[in-house]
Amino acid sequence: MFDPRQFRSDFPILNQEVNGRPLVYLDNGASTQKPRCVIDALTHYYEHDHSNVHRGLHDLSNRATAAYEKARSTLARYFNARSENEIIFTRGTTEGINLVANSWGRQNLKSGDIILLTEMEHHSNMVPWQLVAKATGANLRYLPVTENGASLDLSRLDEFLTPEVKLFAFTHISNTLGVINPVRELCRKAKTAGALTLIDAAQSAGHDLVDVQAIGCDFLACSSHKMAGPTGMGVLYGREELLNAMPPWQGGGEMISRVTYEGSEWKPAPARFEAGTPNIADTIAFAAAVDYLDGIGREKIASYDHHLAMIAFEKLSALGFLRILGPRPGQSERAGLLTFTMEGVHAHDITEMANQSGVALRGGHHCNQPLMRKLGAPSSTRASFYFYNTEEEIDVLVDTLKKIKNFFAP
Amino acid sequence: MDLEELYQTVILDHARRPRNHGPLPEPCQKARGDNPTCGDEVTVYLHVDSEGKIEGLKFDGQGCAISQASASLMTVKLKGRTKEEALGMLYTFHDHLTGKTSEDLPGNFGDLIALAGVRKFPQRVKCATLSWNALKQLLQE
Repeated sequence: MFDPRQFRSDFPILNQEVNGRPLVYLDNGASTQKPRCVIDALTHYYEHDHSNVHRGLHDLSNRATAAYEKARSTLARYFNARSENEIIFTRGTTEGINLVANSWGRQNLKSGDIILLTEMEHHSNMVPWQLVAKATGANLRYLPVTENGASLDLSRLDEFLTPEVKLFAFTHISNTLGVINPVRELCRKAKTAGALTLIDAAQSAGHDLVDVQAIGCDFLACSSHKMAGPTGMGVLYGREELLNAMPPWQGGGEMISRVTYEGSEWKPAPARFEAGTPNIADTIAFAAAVDYLDGIGREKIASYDHHLAMIAFEKLSALGFLRILGPRPGQSERAGLLTFTMEGVHAHDITEMANQSGVALRGGHHCNQPLMRKLGAPSSTRASFYFYNTEEEIDVLVDTLKKIKNFFAP
Repeated sequence: MDLEELYQTVILDHARRPRNHGPLPEPCQKARGDNPTCGDEVTVYLHVDSEGKIEGLKFDGQGCAISQASASLMTVKLKGRTKEEALGMLYTFHDHLTGKTSEDLPGNFGDLIALAGVRKFPQRVKCATLSWNALKQLLQE
């Protein structure tokens, strides 16, 4: 049996009181906390090895370069990429998606083409495509979700995957509904239809095995800070031949092979997409984070996430005054998060009051405005779990929600 | 306790039973206030008579207890006042909540004084001023 207590002490931040109560951190979907080893990796780098990468010929630069490139190998292994050249370091999921939209999108999309998204996409996998669609004349289509956001409506996938679809971009795990999408099947169908695929792995990369070869995707983006790593850091995976056929999207140092006053030639991926001095320290700490996650075991994390979600679902539905969005047990796979509404009480009032009990929740539209409108829940509250959360913390959440209900809508 | 200062009885009352809720008949001025962090949307409807007096003031939309109560109290307190009076109160209210002034709200704010506690919760100031900002646009048109 998985015991979260053996890992809690790795996270210094969890050991504190908020408003006089022990912190119950249930906002992991927004950002997870960092273990000591990640914080140490940052400090160690700045105390011992820092210099600029890829250019100096002195010891510090060599050490920084070696650690930076080792991080690339670590991340390539973590996602089972074919080579390190398929791993581009970014500021996060949003930047990874914007990179593909601006580089691949502007090169390959034309009027009449279709970019297929789903109704459950986060704004970050929607707005970049809206921008590139406007610039290229391509159109957007959205694969619908079923009732209450229980899953994607897979019965309509074939109808949406028309020959005009050049790219199908979808989330692995919905940050609001908790739905785990059948990514292998989605990629297989898209490939048959002649479309490339991009996966938003922001909510999945730190919670389960994400094997890009087994999944069969063309691009995949994630954020370090949602997987125990530092903020401002992420990875874009792309198939090497695709990346090497794409133009750069930012110009500068490190991405060129030859520069004249008239023009320049580009290095191949990944350097082509990493102009300027990169975020060296956070890259190294990101690698420490994924090593830490693998030390625990990602399959164990995934099954514990699911376990917590099922307990929370049962206890929160038993309260009788909440509407829980997304799949009911048995409908489709659920990740470790639960989004709900309380009749007559707004999400901001719920999160404000929960905060007074030391419980950190997220309230609002969760960067899913169109989806929330469709589900008739313009504002909702989310509890999202990680492997350091305990069943007792779910009990604290339940007690807190009872108090909130009594206060606002007795 | 702080929370009771934020959620005073009069605020909960106006949040549960908002006054002047719903649109005004056309023709009237209207403006929308959006809070992109939470997705709250409030529409304020205004009718000013030929003498510059606020003859009609209503709102609709959805939001948290603070934004709904603030909108409701605003309509109750500003209806019947002149545009200039309303703008003056609007600035006083805004400066008070954002901490630009440390003076208490004047007595003519009546029940609106219940919202003074919001200044201790900076993340909620946007909720309390959502409808007021929409009204400001209309009064300045």
